[in-house]
Amino acid sequence: MIRALLVRGMLAGLAGGIVATVFAWFIGEPQIRDAIGFEEGHAAEGGHEHAAVTGGHVHDAAEVVVSRGVQETLGLSVALTLFGVAIGGIFALVFAGFHGRLGALTARPTAALVAGGGFVVVGLAPFLKYPANPPAVGEEDTVGDRTALYLAMIAISVVAAVVAAQTGRRLAARLGGWNAVVTGGAVFAVLVGVAYLALPTVNEVPADFPAAVLWRFRLASLGTQAVVWTVLGLVFGALAARVLDRESVRSNELPAMTNT
Amino acid sequence: MANPAAPVAPSRPVPARLPLREIVPWAVFAAVLGLVILYFVGAEQGAVSLFGGTGIHEFMHDGRHLLGSPCH
Repeated sequence: MIRALLVRGMLAGLAGGIVATVFAWFIGEPQIRDAIGFEEGHAAEGGHEHAAVTGGHVHDAAEVVVSRGVQETLGLSVALTLFGVAIGGIFALVFAGFHGRLGALTARPTAALVAGGGFVVVGLAPFLKYPANPPAVGEEDTVGDRTALYLAMIAISVVAAVVAAQTGRRLAARLGGWNAVVTGGAVFAVLVGVAYLALPTVNEVPADFPAAVLWRFRLASLGTQAVVWTVLGLVFGALAARVLDRESVRSNELPAMTNT
Repeated sequence: MANPAAPVAPSRPVPARLPLREIVPWAVFAAVLGLVILYFVGAEQGAVSLFGGTGIHEFMHDGRHLLGSPCH
């Protein structure tokens, strides 16, 4: 059963990555192009350390390692589909833990809820503190610190979600399902909010970087992740329902199995 | 109600619970493998570099920006 779910998770993730590639191509790539245009404009003026090369995106070497044409097609689709498959596999096992433990919810609503939760916990919550940056935004020397802070924010968000879920589960018997879920959500919001205040703010946007490009890029980034999670949750739910709902009927007929 | 051992069987089937001890080994394996893949998509040759050069970084460049990883 777990094997069947893992396979379906990776397939659904692949589907999510493919749809996200289409989304990113139409919505995200124009912003990346604009940002690289800004970067190259600065390099041409000689006022910027990054020496961007026409057609390629290189910082300090005059050599194009991967052309823009490859980056925005093959590179983009490989990155997003690998992301989708990896997230899909992990998602399937988290789903396996939740299925049958969220009241009477069946496979499809469980998958939708876990996917929505996954987007909020590892996508939206870290994004609100450390949003995605287009090319030309971000200083090369601070990439180590920024990566560590970003990963720390994801880790804190995951821990906050686990604490919130445990709190909700303990309170469910006393407060009822709805109030327990609301309380769990509040616990998550407070923990993540404290982390927002405690962690340092990063702002390395060049003063003359076009605000509209930054805004559109960040929306496109959030949208790309939302597309991955939405397609993953819906496709996985449909695929998993075929195996699990059948299994549920069968285990319902065998009372000894219902408590496993 | 063909099953006398389950007199209060609901009209809707109860979703099956998968035993956690069966999930955990798969979950650990998938998490490790998944995180390695996410590392190569999101971080290799950025803050940390296992292989020299910038080939992986540049190949994943656009996806990396759009997925929100800190990049150069």
